[in-house]
Amino acid sequence: MIRKLAHSIREYKKASILTPILVSVEVIMECIIPFVIAKLVNQIKAGCTLGEIAIYGLILIAMAAISLIFGAAAGSTCATASCGLARNLRKDMFYNIQGYSFENIDKFSTSSLVTRLTTDVTNVQMSYMMIIRTAIRCPLMLIFAFVMAFVMGGKMAFIFLILVPILGLGLFLVIRKAMPLFRKVFKKYDALNNSIQENVKAMRVVKSYVREDYEEKKFGHAAEDVCNDFTKAERILAINNPMMQFCIYTVIAFVLSFGSYTIITSHGLDLDVGQLSALLIYSFMILNSLMMVSMVFVMITMSAESAKRIVEVLDEKSTLSNPENPVYDVPDGSIDFDHVSFKYSKSAKRMALANIDLHIKSGETIGIIGGTGSSKSTLVQLISRLYDVTEGDIKVGGINVKQYDLETLRDQVAMVLQKNILFSGTIKENLRWGNKEATDEEMIHACKLAQADEFISTFPDGYDTYIEQGGANVSGGQKQRLCIARALLKKPKILILDDSTSAVDTKTDALIRKAMREFIPETTKIIIAQRTSSVEDADRIIVMDGGTINGIGNHAELMQNNEIYREIYTSQNKAGDSDEEK
Amino acid sequence: MKKNNTPKKHTALRVIKTVFSFYPVMMPVTLICIIINAIVSSIQAVFMQNVIAMVEQSWQSGDWSAVGSQILMLVAVLISFYVFSLISGFAYSQLMAIITQGSLKKMREKMFNNMQRLPIKYFDQNNHGDIMSRYTNDIDALRQMISQSFPQLLISAISTMTILIIMLYFCLWLTLVVLVCVTVMILITKYIGGHSSRYFIRQQRSLGKEEGYIEEIMHGQKVVKVFNHEEESKADFDKINDMLFEESRNANRYSNILMPILMNIGNIMYVIVALVGGILLLTDIPNVSISQMALSISVVVPFLNMSKQFAGNIGQVSMQINSVVMGLAGAERIFELVDEPKEVDNGYVKLVNAKIENGEIKECDEHTGIWAWKHPHQADGTVTYTRLAGDVRLFDVDFEYEENKPVLHNITVYAEPGQKVAFVGATGAGKTTITNLLNRFYDIADGKIRYDGININKIKKADLRRSLGMVLQDTNLFTGTVMDNIRYGNLTATDEECIKAAKLAGAHDFITRLPEGYNTMLSGDGSNLSQGQRQLLSISRAAVADPPVMILDEATSSIDTRTEAIVQRGMDALMKGRTVFVIAHRLSTIKNSDVIMVMDHGRIIERGSHEKLLAERGKYYQLYTGAFELE
Repeated sequence: MIRKLAHSIREYKKASILTPILVSVEVIMECIIPFVIAKLVNQIKAGCTLGEIAIYGLILIAMAAISLIFGAAAGSTCATASCGLARNLRKDMFYNIQGYSFENIDKFSTSSLVTRLTTDVTNVQMSYMMIIRTAIRCPLMLIFAFVMAFVMGGKMAFIFLILVPILGLGLFLVIRKAMPLFRKVFKKYDALNNSIQENVKAMRVVKSYVREDYEEKKFGHAAEDVCNDFTKAERILAINNPMMQFCIYTVIAFVLSFGSYTIITSHGLDLDVGQLSALLIYSFMILNSLMMVSMVFVMITMSAESAKRIVEVLDEKSTLSNPENPVYDVPDGSIDFDHVSFKYSKSAKRMALANIDLHIKSGETIGIIGGTGSSKSTLVQLISRLYDVTEGDIKVGGINVKQYDLETLRDQVAMVLQKNILFSGTIKENLRWGNKEATDEEMIHACKLAQADEFISTFPDGYDTYIEQGGANVSGGQKQRLCIARALLKKPKILILDDSTSAVDTKTDALIRKAMREFIPETTKIIIAQRTSSVEDADRIIVMDGGTINGIGNHAELMQNNEIYREIYTSQNKAGDSDEEK
Repeated sequence: MKKNNTPKKHTALRVIKTVFSFYPVMMPVTLICIIINAIVSSIQAVFMQNVIAMVEQSWQSGDWSAVGSQILMLVAVLISFYVFSLISGFAYSQLMAIITQGSLKKMREKMFNNMQRLPIKYFDQNNHGDIMSRYTNDIDALRQMISQSFPQLLISAISTMTILIIMLYFCLWLTLVVLVCVTVMILITKYIGGHSSRYFIRQQRSLGKEEGYIEEIMHGQKVVKVFNHEEESKADFDKINDMLFEESRNANRYSNILMPILMNIGNIMYVIVALVGGILLLTDIPNVSISQMALSISVVVPFLNMSKQFAGNIGQVSMQINSVVMGLAGAERIFELVDEPKEVDNGYVKLVNAKIENGEIKECDEHTGIWAWKHPHQADGTVTYTRLAGDVRLFDVDFEYEENKPVLHNITVYAEPGQKVAFVGATGAGKTTITNLLNRFYDIADGKIRYDGININKIKKADLRRSLGMVLQDTNLFTGTVMDNIRYGNLTATDEECIKAAKLAGAHDFITRLPEGYNTMLSGDGSNLSQGQRQLLSISRAAVADPPVMILDEATSSIDTRTEAIVQRGMDALMKGRTVFVIAHRLSTIKNSDVIMVMDHGRIIERGSHEKLLAERGKYYQLYTGAFELE
């Protein structure tokens, strides 16, 4: 996991290595300063000249200045290194996700990917900052201060050998006890926040059923639970503070009593007042850095979860890959399904598609109809290799789809997805998704075919109208027509419309089909629809039911011999018929 | 930071007041403990000075017995102080943990409980993500401030004061040196801190932008794949990502260098104190101090320690600045939600259980299946009872969401008990708005709505809503079992009643095919169900509530026509005997309504039965024959 994350450091390696080095210099200076001051104190006591004091002063100020410069530099390089790591992590994740197949995309929800790219990266960034700065600084300071304490205090420093393990053990026990509690309560906390979100979203339901009191009670229980667990964990963690104080107090009391005894009995030979003062400073440094170490440890363990979630995204390998010697040319728009079966995951018990055998000629118009869950969309998604078949083969233009270069295949098999999306940007920018180099004439032509030109020209800004995120400022029918135009700009050999005209009125729907018949006759067209009127004039109509083909034929044939088709047709047209009878 | 000091100060005061009101006993105890702890940790300098002074006197003689007992005595007193300090330190850190979490819980509850009482308008006008962030980001910021910043600031303030007094007690000159250095530190903190927070704000903005981009692309990832648009989206992402990197590097750089700079100015101060101390010892400048004592090495040594402590305090305060600023901003937003005015309800007509005795309606406590409106008349103090029937009439209703942007004009609709009234029309024609007025999610601007002859403004909102069943286009399910979700319609319903309702709505079949049947856990708003299945559950929920009037707003829009035909019988059974308002996009759903209202731009332009409207050859005819586009 760490190696995977470390891989994203790249160009920030220099800053990452430089930071601990700079920090080390800062720490060394910081540790020597009290030592020099102890000397100075003794000099003053011994009655030195002002000149000598000035020299000491200059040395000391120079040291503090060095420490300041290196410390500030370390702060700066550390910011570069940690923000750089965050930048690269986000970039690596985003790039990797761009390579995902549909199967990979299905695995992660949109919101979880967003969290991983933002909050989780921020957590790792903070930890990394801690690691290269504090995590080096503290142990180093611990060691230096320890050494200096021995140099200064001689055998007095043995008190640290007793206290440090005691404090270390105490901190360790506290963390070991608190961490699992924190982990548990963070999960509950997430659940609590999810339930608030649920409540906010469902406020109309809550209010229409007059469930405000019920919701309050439900929330009260959950909040109480979270609060109790949090308090328990925080109270354990709160022991750290007095524990630390206890150690400092012990050191001071010890140094004051035993130190003064040593000074007096040895006539200031084993220890002097300057050293005594320095010893107190060092003791503070030692215990403080120990405390910081434990805090860093807590931070790191807490962000480990985030790191794990990031690595999950980075480790996810696309389930589809380009073949070794890809074919870059699609000869024609014929499609062959040879005994194709498909299931969405290996563990799924049921096949989403079972034993499909289907042959479509280039230029044919095919309608597909069937209830929800009959795998209509699944069937067409296999053609442009959005998913790979589980069994059997699919050929486009007589060549197995797995032999094509993916980009070539998807350019030639244009698909208008059921859940279609426009992106924030102008209409032109959205249309250019279909063809980067499309001229204005080409765009207008495509929009005319998709019956979109008419409404676009009514917009004050025409083709430069800005589309808001998710296409919020155009109606459902307009959005669908724009999406069709976008796909048409690819000039594909096969065009698949997956329920893409559901919000378009039947008259316009018919116009779109007519335009396609007239202007792109050589393109194979596959139309999935809910309305039988959208597929009535297709060359052949496929009726899907429960992942199998229930019937194939033209409208008249199916009305004759396919029960499901007849049922769907009558459910949509019954009243109209009876009306005419009247 | 300085600009809007007063509202900030106001918020800070309110946070403190609120926490005090939550814990009127614990808070003062905690404060006292903090104060004891802070004073003891500063006052030890005095003991140090005394001990060192004694050592100074007798180290040359090497006679421990002369001063030994005195020194040990002092240390013993110090230790007893320590015991106090430790006890109070332990007590306050434990109490603080309890107070912090308890206060956060109460804050959360206050927010949540007030939120339940807010008008729907609030939720329509405010971004849900924004509401949520008050419970997550803002509460977290507040936690940081209550548990860390406040105690730390208090400790720093007290110990700074104590140390300052002790310093003055020892030596004025050295104190002045310290104060000069501290002033420099404060100025630097202000300068760097200002830069840092400016960049932090920019970083937040960049982060928001990046989050928006990621969200949009992740949401349309499949479209990106279908159009081979990966390289372009990578390029766009890089631009935004690099920008974020620059901002966050600057923000962190400033906040990172602040600490080393302050600490080393502390070190320089330490050196200067030592130097000045030395010079003062060597020259004969008279000492000025509260204690009137002469300057000696025994004063300089504890002074060195105190200057370090002083610098440490400044550092601590500077470290809390960012979290205080963020905490106060969070608190402000939390209070905003807590203070948001509640939905007003001046209704006084109540819905009560009733029984019929000698042809008269009598109020009773037990559930009889008969409901009545209890209408007290203020004028003469009498009470009349009207049986709940489900007769809903709108007279000349006008409505606007925003001033001067009317959405409904002169809407008049009569729905008699048991009738099915349908609304059709384009998005924005005002269909859903009508239902929002019936249950008083919004109040009408002009006109009247009567329910069983009573003006709905007089009916208590809760009772009015209880008498209306709503099935909305966006189905919202709650985390819990399928059974729990159905029971949401009527909390006292038995399992059998819930199953009966599910059967009525045509949901029973698919529920029994779920892995655990009615006990299947739903999570994430029922994300493991199809949209159609969720709509069936939502219809079951309304069925178990058994209201006399039902509003179905695109309730079957995601069920395919074939399935709809299958559940149609159940739906018909459900609607039987009830007044039903139906809004549907699909005309097959509403054909059999008693009356169909065709709406356009907030007006009813055609009304009548399916047959009548077809015969009129108007807008409805166009819609029906497919010559006209909805939505």
